[in-house]
Amino acid sequence: MPPDELTLIEVDGIEIDLRNRVLAAFLAWLVPGLGHYYQGRTTKAGLFCVCILTTWVLGFALGGGHVVYASRFPGDFRWHYVLQSGVGAAALPALIQGKRMNDYTDYRTGRTRESYRPLWGGFMAPPTRPVLDDQADDVSAWYARHGAGYEMGTWYTVIAGLLNILVIYDAYGGPLAVPISGKRNKDDEEEAIAEA
Amino acid sequence: MLATLSISPSYLLYFVPLVISIALVFGATRHEDNALILKHALGTARWIAGFMAIILFALFVIEWMV
Repeated sequence: MPPDELTLIEVDGIEIDLRNRVLAAFLAWLVPGLGHYYQGRTTKAGLFCVCILTTWVLGFALGGGHVVYASRFPGDFRWHYVLQSGVGAAALPALIQGKRMNDYTDYRTGRTRESYRPLWGGFMAPPTRPVLDDQADDVSAWYARHGAGYEMGTWYTVIAGLLNILVIYDAYGGPLAVPISGKRNKDDEEEAIAEA
Repeated sequence: MLATLSISPSYLLYFVPLVISIALVFGATRHEDNALILKHALGTARWIAGFMAIILFALFVIEWMV
């Protein structure tokens, strides 16, 4: 598709062809930086890929590989996963593991059948059931084993997911216009007055 | 002093990769020019580090008062 006025934008004096915005946004979600690579913005693609996936992998390692899992059982609603899923494909195995766990768990009793075996050696699998506050369980064991690393790992992966939401927006609509601080220095104001 | 906050000083190092990632991604989602991205990232990193330093200082003051 040839570039048109809807996909061509200019930022910092550089012309960008956003191409198919929706596809770029989807690719950016699927793999951080892939949407930018599709748009030919290779430097930013590399930067996003390295920064976000490094943060993700560091968090995953700090938490002993247990910080990313999808669970919506009473007593263990893993809301962090909603934010972690911002990194796309890297978080998808948790959905498959969560679905498998659901299939093997009785909602009335909250217990998982003994025949349940997680896939891939338990990679991104939810903790076994039940998870009760007053009993030792998988989550308690993970906390005990990794200490603050489990908490830090959770936040690292959550932040990686949140950062990728910014990246998805950048792939869809180009760089945000307003600086994060909202502060304009004197030179910028003088320049704006001169241009006016 | 850090011991009074119940954390090991090494835990403070956890924030370094986070600050680098956040600052670079923030900069790169606001600019297209590499020089401007780096400039914005430095500003963001300085802002985050300053904010955390203020919080740390406030915690020290609270600890000293209690």
